[in-house]
Amino acid sequence: MDRPIVLKVNGTTHELSLDTRTTLLDALREHLGLNGPKKGCDHGQCGACTILLNGRRVNSCLTFAVAYQDAEIVTIEGLAADGQLHPLQQAFIKHDAFQCGYCTPGQICSAVGMLREVEAGWPSTVSEDLNANQITLSEDEIRERMSGNLCRCAAYANIVPAIAEVK
Amino acid sequence: MHPFQYERANDAASAVALLSQAPRGAFLGGGTNLVDLMKLGVAQPELLIDVSHLSSDRIETLPNQGVRIGAAVRNSDLAADRTIRTRYPVLAQALLAGASGQLRNLATTGGNLLQRTRCVYFQDVSKPCNKREPGSGCPAREGYHRNLAILGASEACIATHPSDMAVAMAALDAVVRVLGPQGERTIPLTSFHRLPGDEPQRDTVLEHGELITAIDLPPLPFATRSHYRKVRDRASYAFALVSIAAAADLADGVIRDVRIAFGGVAAAPWRARKAEDLLRGAPVTETLLRQAAEAEFAAAQPLRENAFKVRLAGNLLVRTLLDLTQEEIR
Repeated sequence: MDRPIVLKVNGTTHELSLDTRTTLLDALREHLGLNGPKKGCDHGQCGACTILLNGRRVNSCLTFAVAYQDAEIVTIEGLAADGQLHPLQQAFIKHDAFQCGYCTPGQICSAVGMLREVEAGWPSTVSEDLNANQITLSEDEIRERMSGNLCRCAAYANIVPAIAEVK
Repeated sequence: MHPFQYERANDAASAVALLSQAPRGAFLGGGTNLVDLMKLGVAQPELLIDVSHLSSDRIETLPNQGVRIGAAVRNSDLAADRTIRTRYPVLAQALLAGASGQLRNLATTGGNLLQRTRCVYFQDVSKPCNKREPGSGCPAREGYHRNLAILGASEACIATHPSDMAVAMAALDAVVRVLGPQGERTIPLTSFHRLPGDEPQRDTVLEHGELITAIDLPPLPFATRSHYRKVRDRASYAFALVSIAAAADLADGVIRDVRIAFGGVAAAPWRARKAEDLLRGAPVTETLLRQAAEAEFAAAQPLRENAFKVRLAGNLLVRTLLDLTQEEIR
């Protein structure tokens, strides 16, 4: 059941005709040619499809495109500004925070959203003080907050320091 | 995935009217469970009515000092809310113990209550399942059931409810506010989820067309000292094997009042009333806490692979209540 759908992705508005069953992930990859967000499990378990939706990190595989027509969508392709890589992209390269790279766009988008959550003072399940005004982003905190992003190459030993450098 | 039509409701009343006329329709909230179930072929709605943007996305203090949580409030916003963190820490902790950062950003309060069991047979349409297809049978009883129920199960179904949030809300005596074709009604959270009996396909007492509009938390001053503790196979991003939500009001070493609920043990958040009754008015000792756990789980009917849950749940009760009450003595 195709219908007209308008999506705003990385600052550009696109007019599409999509089946209601199309997830945001498939809309981005198959219809807009944005192959950064990856289809890992397609069930919200691996985080490879993570994008920013109105500034927040979400699993794009668990969202129908038709439901997010008024949202600001940002993918890994939209993070660099003025020809400059995002600080997290630079940090991932510097720390060699990947092996095969398949999970990397999701890891980086997730980390961008995660750092905003920390900035906003959101606690995590490992936070010592649920009511603290400032979060100290320890290694434990990074690992807990990034647990929705799996890396089958197990590059965590480099992902964590990459994120820690940008915090 | 089966084709479906998508409608965006303008308000709660029109959402209810739309669904009431669509016997094979469903509400769409954050979609974190429903979209997955649609991909798996477990859910096959012909019409999705999007209620995720409806105006009930606020957390308000009520005149009685209770708190009203709009059904569309995202799990991450609820966990981060200052009022919830200070007055009902058990609820913030339960939310933060669930899912991942990405999922909490999508999942709504109403949808969290309505998520389906993660029993592997329920999610696999090539297998029989009485919850998914009434009368087809239950392979879990003889098969994989490490994560399934030890209390309140039936011959037909041994599923567990997966929510962490609902366990905290059960301990807090939350009330679910519902709008249906006949108007509004309220349902205590502890009566909201059904035990399977011979109708395991019905997870809750909601009727088709009814929409959760809000959850009310009663004022419970001693909930400032409350705690959620979750035991799982991984340190993060895994469903509970057993979890506990507890709040205790202690004075001079005596438990004046207490609230205890368990997750991962039944098809509903399990309010531990037998244990509460034993503890209320008594001095806190490890022996008494152990007796309370034994009283609560005397009716447990564990299976081959989940018998460990009985002892685990007992240990959780003892440890969590000791920690809570010692914190209070300090």
